[in-house]
Amino acid sequence: MIANAKKKLIDAGLGVYGWIDDRLHVTEIFEHTAGHHIPKSTSSWFYVFGSATLLCLIIQLVTGTMLALTYVPSGAEAYTTLEYMTYEQPLGWLIRAIHYWGSNFMVAIMILHITQVYLFGAYKYPREITWISGVFLGLITLGLAFTGQVMRFDEDAYWGIGIGASITGRSPVFGAELVQMLLGGPIINSDTLSRFFALHVFVLPGAILAFIALHLRMVLLKGINEWPEPGVLVNRETYDKHYAAIIRREGIPFTPHGIGKDLVAGAIVIIAILGCALIFGPKGPLGPPDPTEIAVHPRPDWAFMWIFAVAALMPEWAEVPAFLIAPPIVIGFLILLPFINNTGEKHWSRRPVAVLSVFAIYLSLGILTWFGITGPWSPPMLAWSGAVTPKDFVVNRTPLELQGLVVFQQKQCRNCHAIDGIGGHRGPDLWNVGDRMTHPQLVRQVIQGGGNMPAYGKNLTPHEVEAVVQYMVSLRPPGNVPALDSAKPAEPPAENRKQAAKEPAHGDRG
Amino acid sequence: MSSDAPNKEACSPANGGCGCSGGTPASGALPPGVVTVEAPAPTTRRNFLFQIGIALNLLAGALISIPLIGFVLSTFIQKFPLQWISLGSLEKFPVGQVRLAQYLNPYRRTWDGETAHIPCWVRRIDEAEFQVFAINCTHLGCPVRWFAESKLFMCPCHGGAFYENGDHAAGPPPRGLFTYEYRVLNGNLEIKGGILPTLANPGNPTEKVKEA
Ligand code: FES
Repeated sequence: MIANAKKKLIDAGLGVYGWIDDRLHVTEIFEHTAGHHIPKSTSSWFYVFGSATLLCLIIQLVTGTMLALTYVPSGAEAYTTLEYMTYEQPLGWLIRAIHYWGSNFMVAIMILHITQVYLFGAYKYPREITWISGVFLGLITLGLAFTGQVMRFDEDAYWGIGIGASITGRSPVFGAELVQMLLGGPIINSDTLSRFFALHVFVLPGAILAFIALHLRMVLLKGINEWPEPGVLVNRETYDKHYAAIIRREGIPFTPHGIGKDLVAGAIVIIAILGCALIFGPKGPLGPPDPTEIAVHPRPDWAFMWIFAVAALMPEWAEVPAFLIAPPIVIGFLILLPFINNTGEKHWSRRPVAVLSVFAIYLSLGILTWFGITGPWSPPMLAWSGAVTPKDFVVNRTPLELQGLVVFQQKQCRNCHAIDGIGGHRGPDLWNVGDRMTHPQLVRQVIQGGGNMPAYGKNLTPHEVEAVVQYMVSLRPPGNVPALDSAKPAEPPAENRKQAAKEPAHGDRG
Repeated sequence: MSSDAPNKEACSPANGGCGCSGGTPASGALPPGVVTVEAPAPTTRRNFLFQIGIALNLLAGALISIPLIGFVLSTFIQKFPLQWISLGSLEKFPVGQVRLAQYLNPYRRTWDGETAHIPCWVRRIDEAEFQVFAINCTHLGCPVRWFAESKLFMCPCHGGAFYENGDHAAGPPPRGLFTYEYRVLNGNLEIKGGILPTLANPGNPTEKVKEA
């Protein structure tokens, strides 16, 4: 009786499914998409980054739409709505935080994905278009991250746009016109915000969805890259057969047998984004986008920190090549990569150049990012009035030397020069400058500047120069004598010691 | 997946031959992936309409593109002439000192809010002589700050510094500060402004540029 009912129920269910399938062809669609066969070797933790990036995008689309319910993209209102979302709207802060952390994770996981497919040789025949569409996806993702910073329309966003305009203003021929087009007018204003809004909310998301469609279509058409084996070379004539054989031999349906690790990784990513959002909250907004509030320290988000560092470290002649010529070359190289290197070894152990280049890129971007975050060249603008001078650098000084210290502070020298690590790092730390430079050298440096230091000749009286230089000479590690002019004949060592002993300020600091 | 025969579904009877006009019922006998193509048929009413349709759409597309592209490129082409703007009465600027002034962007929108206020540095050299500097560092546009004690403009971004007269003093900026053209009218200091100065358009055609 019960068995009979159960059978009837199953039949009814199958009947409904059959009816739907007959209309919608779901079984067929499934077999061609989620259920397609993949090499068993690709059901690996190394292959989860692509789906995790896609998952981040979905989170971004959902939370971005929610933010758009409140956000007003106008110069007058954007900041007010950001504050409202962050401090008043129920859960507004959390949605902002998820959107911010979602973007961080999306960029980071995408970088892992690119690294993985590069090291696994996935860009080679026949997956050229898969790779190229991926390059575009990467660029669009960075574009979304960049325009997203502008949506957080605070002081950093305002001056960040100014930086973008200044870089654009270096383009030859049409520089001025391009700046105007970037800003939507002659000056940063509401029109500027609106065009970044249109890019961030319509153009780039539309483009990313289109390229994802192409990217996934290519994955289905040409298959996921099999786990590479050293010594198994890609050959245009034989590869398709080779791949078909792998699928026949060890193919498993992606759903349900291959997708497990993607699901686990996806859940971890969601929890991580939510966790970061809950613990660290949203970023900013910092101060309002009021251009007359000039006490700011504009900084980009971490993904663009390395560019900020490059801008500071680069000599002037390198600016145009670095800002305007290098990016098209790098992007062009990435697009052409599958044609430059179309066949042969896929396994990383046989591709030392690939491994080394990944290493070099990670290292240099990592170091630049670190420099960008610590920003040693950005003068702390309040060091001259706020930075403390450690005791050892004050005690046992003559009145003249102490006067020199006062001049040193008052003339903002401290904004660029640290004493024992405290203060600016644009110029050298002066804790031992008396050891390195002689009195005349110091006078010349102070008066004439040079080597990235302004000349203070016009702003210091001769007495002030003398006082500052006396103080500089006193800055030496304990026991060291002042720097000597190497052009002068050396004095007997005994003399030296006597001279050092005569100057009580030197040598016995702690 | 690559093992699928691409033409299996495209030519199934269910979709009535649409999109696979080249396929014939005999294609089942051919290896998968091969589609036979018939010799072009002589002009019929149907493909004549098709050709007319394509041509009409090209024309219509071109027509509608003119305003669309024009709209997108309008800011590329449009000229925004500099305008005389008052910075206020001369009393605000003591001789021998540098003061922060601000003006309203002449090309502002009513919905610009605080972004319509643009700051600049005014240096009064003597009774009649001024220098008005743009706030933007000539390196990458960050706002420079005046330090009266050391008589330097310092940039918070990459450590650029400029002397009191705007000349480059240190750091990565490629030239001295951008300046505004100015005049004194009815006891007011006026500048010619209305642009974010960049290396491509420093915004003062009268100035003599001093390289770093
Ligand atoms: S923006 Fe001023 S030094 Fe770079």
